[in-house]
Amino acid sequence: MGRYILRRAAQGLFVLWAAFTIAFFVLYLLPSDPAALAAGAGGEVADVDPALLDDLRARYGLDRPVLVQYVDALGGAVRLDFGPSYQSGAPAASLVAAAVPQTLLLTGVALALAVVGGVVLAVASVLPRSRALRQVLSALPPLGVALPTFFIGLVLLQWLSFRAGLLPAIGNVGWQSLVLPAVTLAIPPGAQLAQVLSRSLRGTLGEPYVETARAKGAGRLRVQLGHALRNAAIPAFTMLGVMVGALLGGAVVTETVFSRVGLGRLTVQSVNAQDVPVVLAVVVLSALVFVVTTLVVDLLYPLLDPRIERASTPRTVAA
Amino acid sequence: MTATTTGPRPPEEIEVADREDARSILRYGRARRPRAAGPAVGRAARHLVRRPGLVLAGLVLLLVAAWATAPTLFASGDPITGVPADRLLPPSAAHLLGTDHLGRDVWTRVVHGASLSLRTTTLAVVVGLVVGSALGLLAGFLRGWVDDVVGRLVDVLLAVPSILLSLAIITALGTGPTKIAVAVGIGAIATFARVMRAEVLRTSTSVYVEAARASGSRWWTVLGRHVLPNSSGPVLALVALEFGGAVLAVSALSFLGYGTPPPTPEWGSLISGGRDYLATAWWLTTLPGLVIVAVVLSANRIARALETTGEDQ
Amino acid sequence: MTQLQEDAAARTAGDATPPTPVLEVTGLEVGYRTRDGEVYRAVRGVDLAVQPGEVVALVGESGSGKSTTAHAALHLLARGGRVTGGRIRLAGRDVSDLTDREWQDVRGREVGLVPQDPTVSLNPVQRVGDQVAEVLVIHGLARRREARRRAVGLLGQAGIPDPAARARQYPHQLSGGMRQRVLIAVAIAADPRLVVADEPTSALDVTVQRRILDHLEHLVRERGTALLLITHDLGVAADRADRIVVLEHGVVVEQGTAAEVLGTPRHPYTRQLIAAAPSLASGRLVAPAPPTAPTASAVAAPRASAATPAAPAAVPPAAPVLELVDVRKAFPLPRGGDRREVVAVDGVSLRVERGRTYALVGESGSGKSTTARLALHLERPTSGSVRFRGEDVTGVRGEALRRLRRGFQVVYQSPYASLDPRFTVEQVVAEPLQAYGIGTRAERAERVRALLHDVALPADALRRSPRELSGGQRQRVAIARALALRPDLVVLDEPVSALDVSVQAQILELLVRLQAEHDLTYLFISHDLAVVRQVADEVGVLHRGRLVEHGPADRILLDPQQAYTRELVAAIPGRRYAAPAAHPSAAPPATAVPHPTEEVR
Repeated sequence: MGRYILRRAAQGLFVLWAAFTIAFFVLYLLPSDPAALAAGAGGEVADVDPALLDDLRARYGLDRPVLVQYVDALGGAVRLDFGPSYQSGAPAASLVAAAVPQTLLLTGVALALAVVGGVVLAVASVLPRSRALRQVLSALPPLGVALPTFFIGLVLLQWLSFRAGLLPAIGNVGWQSLVLPAVTLAIPPGAQLAQVLSRSLRGTLGEPYVETARAKGAGRLRVQLGHALRNAAIPAFTMLGVMVGALLGGAVVTETVFSRVGLGRLTVQSVNAQDVPVVLAVVVLSALVFVVTTLVVDLLYPLLDPRIERASTPRTVAA
Repeated sequence: MTATTTGPRPPEEIEVADREDARSILRYGRARRPRAAGPAVGRAARHLVRRPGLVLAGLVLLLVAAWATAPTLFASGDPITGVPADRLLPPSAAHLLGTDHLGRDVWTRVVHGASLSLRTTTLAVVVGLVVGSALGLLAGFLRGWVDDVVGRLVDVLLAVPSILLSLAIITALGTGPTKIAVAVGIGAIATFARVMRAEVLRTSTSVYVEAARASGSRWWTVLGRHVLPNSSGPVLALVALEFGGAVLAVSALSFLGYGTPPPTPEWGSLISGGRDYLATAWWLTTLPGLVIVAVVLSANRIARALETTGEDQ
Repeated sequence: MTQLQEDAAARTAGDATPPTPVLEVTGLEVGYRTRDGEVYRAVRGVDLAVQPGEVVALVGESGSGKSTTAHAALHLLARGGRVTGGRIRLAGRDVSDLTDREWQDVRGREVGLVPQDPTVSLNPVQRVGDQVAEVLVIHGLARRREARRRAVGLLGQAGIPDPAARARQYPHQLSGGMRQRVLIAVAIAADPRLVVADEPTSALDVTVQRRILDHLEHLVRERGTALLLITHDLGVAADRADRIVVLEHGVVVEQGTAAEVLGTPRHPYTRQLIAAAPSLASGRLVAPAPPTAPTASAVAAPRASAATPAAPAAVPPAAPVLELVDVRKAFPLPRGGDRREVVAVDGVSLRVERGRTYALVGESGSGKSTTARLALHLERPTSGSVRFRGEDVTGVRGEALRRLRRGFQVVYQSPYASLDPRFTVEQVVAEPLQAYGIGTRAERAERVRALLHDVALPADALRRSPRELSGGQRQRVAIARALALRPDLVVLDEPVSALDVSVQAQILELLVRLQAEHDLTYLFISHDLAVVRQVADEVGVLHRGRLVEHGPADRILLDPQQAYTRELVAAIPGRRYAAPAAHPSAAPPATAVPHPTEEVR
């Protein structure tokens, strides 16, 4: 077990390193001149006073060879130092750190909504006796998947805030301000989860062991919830890592729509200003979140599926 | 056996020759048997009649493609300059989707915006498909260290949420429809590579491919005649699915303002422009938004149809 | 016969007051709705009765409706299936119109089911003990803790060693045979009056099959439970059943005591089934007189080998077509386990002489398929050498290997997987010709037609897709493909084990005829000794990667020397009613051969 965790942690570190490296070279080596970016000229060298550029290059260490810069940046990243933001001059890492709590709150609530809603919808679209009800409910997940996040947000704002005046439209104050953004953010991944789970649930209901359960005289609920759902949940569970990533990505749009302070807003502002250090820090942070989530999912997996053995017991050989 | 047979078919006519047939009867309520009589067109038509949703999805995509190629046929007005007197009119017979704050007809702008939106989306899918399936093909067919390298790359690409990946690329490349397309396409590479690799691996380890090798076919013949044709189905389904995904991603990036600058019509920026009038002019966001939803729903429906055809085989 | 059997027989003999049957089916009709909205009538007017304590076998080929009938008796039809007519009575009570809720009290309590494939019929995420205990809990026979305790006892009764430990394991930790025993424990847990066993052993090895069926029969006889045994294997029915019911296309064509049905079959279909069923008694098939119709050999194409009469000197007559010398194949295991590798083939040597059939026999995991793949150069041996036509070709690769492949071709087990679904029959058969650039397009087309004629497929099959063909027809296509290059050696890897018994017989006859006509050499891989008996000249018996015994077919099959071979021979079903003259008394009961690791992993 310990060896397994070590190996997975090493893999995770590799992914982090690779994400950092790719992002570094994409951001620093592509056509625009980072110094010009830092000067706020959109990468066009011609418009800027050359002396200022030189000054900036020296300040951000851009006058050194690329490899030296890379090694330096990597060393900094290990110490969670991504350099000063081009925009404000404050350390990029602390800008990101300051934005994390609000986004964590938003995505956490959205994740809970998505999981609960997705599971309930999946179960409700497969299990009822009424064929008409099943059909109506199973049309919902595909619809939810097709909705652009910003569209959900705008429509909710329009009808629930502006028309009905039920909930505040913007800001970070109070739980009321969290409701609409969290719902907006939760709908697409929740619908995706419902789609995967209901498909897997339908497949599971056709498995021979479900027939065995029925042959024992088990009732509907026992067959569907006791036998089918637990097996169907296994493939859906692996989606969790992807879902957390989707929520993080969705936060970019959601926070913009609802004018909330957070990581997503910070990202948009930094992209607008081509603030390379902050963007780099955000990319690495999102990779870190993904790595940790998938590691947790993998460690929990054997609890859900006894066929996966992680311990060092000898594996059975299917000869 | 004729197509006009009605009522219960005498079992003798259904070929039930072995265990596999029996299994398929139990599973699908029918035996494998020679295709029903009648021309292929008739069969396809009957197939479609039983799936009205699929037909509708196809029509939606056709209509939008027609908007993109010949917008003036559907909306003859000017999408760029409006009539100030007609500003912020709700939907009516004269203005199907109402008008915006400059008095421009929203319907006209949606129709004319299709061209740019679809071009961007298509380019994104092409980038993802070409790069992704090439990587997947190499990994699945050559295996070994190539597979390891591609696998690691895909892991890394999947670790960063695709919109953040796109944003990072936009930070470096700058804004504009083509750059958005490339950014979204790169985000789709990982998925294409994974599906292609899995499919190539599945087919190239299948018994009929081994049979072809055992009967002396050269590797490129095996690749071209067996592996690629039998791997293409799920990849095709993924193209449809990713098309829907790319419509969403492109419109989200345009919404954030990284696409084309106004006043050129584009779906995402159209909706973004309506944000300031949420309280008064609901049609500015809701109706163009529904167009995007319809396109994505249709693409996903077609993807599902392609997936199930693949399962039948 | 046991006391119970005699009782049952006496009762069925028709006293003044016949006992109430545990199961009585009258005029049963079952239809499946097809996608086109038509109804496929799977079962048509079946009458059937099972008396208390009786073992009844329902025999039929695929699609005969035997499984459907059994599932209808439990109200467990697959989606789209519906009982459209007839009555079902359980112990005299009409259950035809019960609601789903009422059926729940019947299933498991009054009728137990032993399903077909044990590897997929247990819930993979639940401990097996709990799965047995569940029956008791559902029917209110015990509370959870008490049920768990009793489940251990039931597992023990079902023949599972150390049941207390096994009860805490998950299905994947048990072998197929063990899992089937768990399912038997599930079926008998609530002490039902009737157990329906749906092909309970067709997914298992023959020796395991024998032990499981022995045990199942013993259990039901002991408890006085009636057993409805669904099987495609007439031999199994013959060995186990008091009465046999034969189904064809959803209609009962014959029923009676086992002795009647097997001894004096009245219906032609029953006779055909009995004739097709392979057994050791049948002897090797002999090819009929050469046909007068033109065969593929009439079409000019260069023969790959030097075996044509024109060049007999190229190969010394003594050189075998294929020779394996002490080949060993080990597969590396993923790291983490305590074993580095698994040895699939461990020092096997064999010689396949020209024009002969060498059969390699073994159960699953014996290494027989790996040996075939080594012969085909689809795997490389870890050590040892492969000699082809007298020449050492062990390490050949690349273009040289491709040229060599012309000399040996293969027919796979599953005709469903071995043909590219996108190809037409013509493309499939022409593929090897194309690969070696043999002939012009027209010549190839001509040769494909001749080959199809050879394997007795109609010419209009050319443009069909394999999907439109039945399993037997597909296997004929695969054989035609293997013969296209006129190879010296054809490796037949379980070529008939996916087919129904009557189709199986036809394919075996075809193979024997083709061998005679084209002077073919076969390496025949099979798990089925009765099939091997019909085609083999030489037999090698593989057990855990080692060749335990080999020699002429007659000697190995009729007078086996090794304990393992004897056990295999003894496990062949269908001995009870076979002509005793054909059977040597050499085979002792399987219990005489202790099998240390049995089915426990």
